[in-house]
Amino acid sequence: MDLKLDHHSEDNLTIVDVEGEIDVYTAPRLRELLIDLVNKGNFHLLVNMEKVDFLDSTGLGVLVGGLKRVRAHDGSLELVCTQERILKIFRITGLTKVFGIYASVEEAKEAHGRDK
Amino acid sequence: MATVELTFTALPAHVRTARLVATAIARRTGVAEAILDEVRLAVGEACSRAVEAHRLHCPGEPVRIELRDDAGRFEVTVTDAAPGDDVMPQVLEANGSLMPEIDNLGIAVIAGLADDVEVLPGPKGMRIRMSWPASANGVAAF
Repeated sequence: MDLKLDHHSEDNLTIVDVEGEIDVYTAPRLRELLIDLVNKGNFHLLVNMEKVDFLDSTGLGVLVGGLKRVRAHDGSLELVCTQERILKIFRITGLTKVFGIYASVEEAKEAHGRDK
Repeated sequence: MATVELTFTALPAHVRTARLVATAIARRTGVAEAILDEVRLAVGEACSRAVEAHRLHCPGEPVRIELRDDAGRFEVTVTDAAPGDDVMPQVLEANGSLMPEIDNLGIAVIAGLADDVEVLPGPKGMRIRMSWPASANGVAAF
């Protein structure tokens, strides 16, 4: 399955919906979207990965790159993910300590609201 | 002799094909459903690394993958033909430079997923051999 990307803004938060496979072939498209959002002043990003079927280290690199960019603007990049197969790669690489990972968009929005 | 041997042009688009083939052969070899995702991810990481190595050093050479049913183990060997061991899946910045923050993540992921991994020098480049337990007579034997 290819990669589908969409995004919309709610209050101060930009929600990026990702569907499909994030790998060495498709990850550049996600990277371009994150760069574009940051360049347009969206510094608080929530990447919804609930419909992601596959994520490899290239995809992780893109997310880490996005995090670096938003942090340069005192922003945030957090994730929504409950799939064990995806969470496992975050655990293996220790990135669960780097990203805020939430069980739902609503939960992430609540946490984001508290942090504002 | 390998159960299946596959060579493919070093293009990112073909890594998905390699993952799908590896998962299908693993299932037929009798690898448990619970660890098929690990096989898929580890093979994808090894192939991504090989593709990036070839794109840098020898884009005309194919990447080779061997999938073997070896006495109760499902064994995968990904061989590249690129000199040097400094290559890992990378994403280019907008200006073409490599993002530095993900060095060696791919190999780290493979090591975390396969319970038996060897990274060896190949005839020209590097060879990554991984294996997982499989049922002794595999699904293909039925």
